[in-house]
Amino acid sequence: MYLIHFGVFLRLLFLGFVFGRESEKQHFKELRKRELRWKRVPALTGRSLVSDSPIKEARLVTGSVVVSVDYFKRFLTSIRVIFGGEAKSYSPLLERGRREALCRMKESCPEAQLFLNCRLQTATLFNGQGKSTGSVEVIAYATAVVYARTEPIVRLGK
Amino acid sequence: MLLSNIESIPGKQIVAHFGLVQGSTIRAKHIGRDIMAGLKNIVGGELAGYTELLQEARQEATNRMISQAQQMGANAIVNVRFSTSSVAQGAAEILAYGTAVRVE
Repeated sequence: MYLIHFGVFLRLLFLGFVFGRESEKQHFKELRKRELRWKRVPALTGRSLVSDSPIKEARLVTGSVVVSVDYFKRFLTSIRVIFGGEAKSYSPLLERGRREALCRMKESCPEAQLFLNCRLQTATLFNGQGKSTGSVEVIAYATAVVYARTEPIVRLGK
Repeated sequence: MLLSNIESIPGKQIVAHFGLVQGSTIRAKHIGRDIMAGLKNIVGGELAGYTELLQEARQEATNRMISQAQQMGANAIVNVRFSTSSVAQGAAEILAYGTAVRVE
């Protein structure tokens, strides 16, 4: 009977590993494409306006995403807990979540030229498993500024 | 009602301050979404059901904050911050808070 349980465990691990890795690669590619589209519209963490140009509109925009960790990554982290150190399996997941939340925030106001006071926040949400974090929510929020002029306002560095 | 993340509404002048306003809501997940999330947990990636749930909850919390500001007589809220936390197994609290002001 234990052999059957172990078989299921191995199969879940394998599924998690294969499909998790594939969807992660696809997601990174898609993120790169979206970020290139928004390259000219920066999200700044400062609060001061960069130009005295007359402003047409300014409003709060948010982007959020809830991501879950696949079975394989959670298994790796449970081993890592024994030795301590950086949980390298979680880093790409949270990086994806942050980039996705930032992309959504920028896409929610397509006419903006600038995003001020961009803040990122991560919160853990439990899925009932109890022993390990089931899902994580990442929010990005900022003030989108639309200037009356339509040419790009901010001079971007190379 | 205008909302902003910074200490002012760009392009407008603040003429009066009304103080702190906040809106919060606690949302519990439901069974249908939980089953999908359980399946998704095996392969990893985004949980679209929960993202939508929390986005609606955040909109609700923001609306409560706006109505509290309107009762005070404000027409804008500045310095808005959000906070999400897990309060019970399967329930999350979304809080939105800011300073209610009158702008011209």
